[in-house]
Amino acid sequence: MNAPQAFHPLARLLHWTMALLILAMLFVGVGMVTTVSEKHQWLLALHRPLGAAIFVLALIRIGVRLRFKPPALPADMPALMQFVAHASHWVLYGLMLAMPLIGWAMLSAGGYPIMLGHAWHLPPIAPANGVLFAWLREAHGYLAYLFFLTILGHMGAALFHALIRRDEVFPSMTVGFPHQDAPAEPSRNIAPDESGRAAEATPPSA
Amino acid sequence: MSDPSRKPPHLLWRWCAIGAAVALLAVAFAYVGGWLTPHRLTPQRIVDALQSGGVHPGFRRNHAKGVCVAGYFEGNGAASPYSKSIVFAAGRTPVVGRFALPGGNPYAPDGSVPIRSFALRFALANGQQWRTGMNSMPVFPVSTPEAFYEQLQASQPDPATGKPDPARIKAFFAAHPEAGAFLAWVKTAKPSASYATESYSALDAFYFIDAKGERHAVRWQVVPDAKDAAPGPAGDTDYLASDLRTRLAAGPQRWHLMVTLAAPGDPTNDATKVWPNDRTTIDAGTLVIESEQPQESGACRDINYDPTVLPDGIEVSDDPLLAARSAAYASSYLRRTSEEAKLPGAARADTSKQEQP
Ligand code: HEM
Ligand code: HEM
Repeated sequence: MNAPQAFHPLARLLHWTMALLILAMLFVGVGMVTTVSEKHQWLLALHRPLGAAIFVLALIRIGVRLRFKPPALPADMPALMQFVAHASHWVLYGLMLAMPLIGWAMLSAGGYPIMLGHAWHLPPIAPANGVLFAWLREAHGYLAYLFFLTILGHMGAALFHALIRRDEVFPSMTVGFPHQDAPAEPSRNIAPDESGRAAEATPPSA
Repeated sequence: MSDPSRKPPHLLWRWCAIGAAVALLAVAFAYVGGWLTPHRLTPQRIVDALQSGGVHPGFRRNHAKGVCVAGYFEGNGAASPYSKSIVFAAGRTPVVGRFALPGGNPYAPDGSVPIRSFALRFALANGQQWRTGMNSMPVFPVSTPEAFYEQLQASQPDPATGKPDPARIKAFFAAHPEAGAFLAWVKTAKPSASYATESYSALDAFYFIDAKGERHAVRWQVVPDAKDAAPGPAGDTDYLASDLRTRLAAGPQRWHLMVTLAAPGDPTNDATKVWPNDRTTIDAGTLVIESEQPQESGACRDINYDPTVLPDGIEVSDDPLLAARSAAYASSYLRRTSEEAKLPGAARADTSKQEQP
């Protein structure tokens, strides 16, 4: 069976929702650790539940990814470019799962209560241990930078597909190609109006 | 859709658009992370200033000299009409605490400052925690993190003499009249001979939240049962730890947790101002300290007594010191635990650079 021409609408919805949430998280993270103003308090209070939400969404997303086959990259893409594309996608999936888990484990190791609201909290997932805290806290910081750099590369590559190569990759995650599970007849039509499902996908903001 | 093999028009502009989008996002990130604003007051800069007298790896960057203690808090229900937290209900909550001296020197003589501090972590039965750091003084010298930073800078050792420059300190206090109440207190304060005879006050205001969701502005302090306060002995520099050991060998030491309710108009955002004496004060229960452990190995070592770690039923007020303390304590905590873990670059000695990360 051929790969579909575009991402499943649910995959697109998850992609753009999580893109916004993860970028927001990275900005919240670097902002809160470098301010002494009251922002520190409410950003930190936002950071924990938002991170937990990203973890849950990432699990759902991986389920969707396994259930609905994604479109193949264009066959004329150089092998190295294909490899970098696939590798960076796995890095992104890995970090979506790892960052919240490390955040959770590091607060556990620091002996903190892992509060998601005023009263609601998660159980610890690591023993209280200062040395472990230090390792996890440093990992949380450095992996956040890796996350941001990978997202910058991902965004640059998406725009390269959209503006320079002008192939099917960008529309396959935005509003192009109604999703088909069955082998599609080769269609070059990217008009978004012919499928209600395509309209569910959030259009890119940039 | 055009044929991908065909060269798109305005190729250069297309590349520029891609570069600009990526660069814009990167610059926004750098701005939020403080890399483009080196003069922003960050927790890292405050902690750099705290450790300017020298780095003592593994130790707290402030209140470095201290001792761990353990015991419990026995609530009596008297504060329950004001806070729904279960810590105030009748019953026991285990506590890990720490007595300390202010300042970054873990070897400071006990008689060198008239202030002692007491930090507590209550581990509530519902998994929540209440952490508080209290000082044995009635008011804080400054009301904002900016002023705190200025004070630290004014008291930096002068490279020529190795001692703080009295003229700079004088100039700082001249520019900060809010420190008046603190200066008046410190003039007559004597370093006590015991941790156990001191009252310790949280200084910052907080809100208690009652079962109906209503807020009550409060401050709290712990007041000791032991009243034999005397000035510390001359000559001995570590008398506080041995005094505590002797007292605890004889029996537990007790404090009462006194919660003061603000009247309308009492400032919640200014730790330099006392509230009038006639405010309602509730005895919320008894704090019982049963044992002490050296801070190198005791349970308090790896605890960050961040005063904004609060249970359901207590919330931070609009006091600007609280967020700054939370941020600075986290930075100090990361440095000292990184030093314990022997992570490279852990000490980050005396630089005004950003902590990475
Ligand atoms: C996708 C998920 C997450 C992302 C992208 C993220 C990102 C970040 C970033 C960029 C920082 C600042 C790092 C630095 O500059 O040193 C940070 C700090 C922090 N993160 Fe996360 N984070 C995530 C999930 C979580 C979760 C789930 C928790 C806790 C439950 C958490 C807890 C924290 C804490 C407590 C800090 C600051 C610690 C301090 O003040 O030293 N994070 N995070
Ligand atoms: C902006 C103002 C302040 C800053 C930047 C500051 C900074 C610090 C830092 C960095 C530590 C070491 C934390 C650690 O490594 O665990 C510390 C400890 C401490 N501070 Fe502050 N502080 C401030 C105001 C206050 C106030 C208002 C009090 C009130 C009573 C206070 C009480 C304490 C106590 C009791 C400790 C010792 C905690 C322990 O024993 O672990 N501080 N402070």
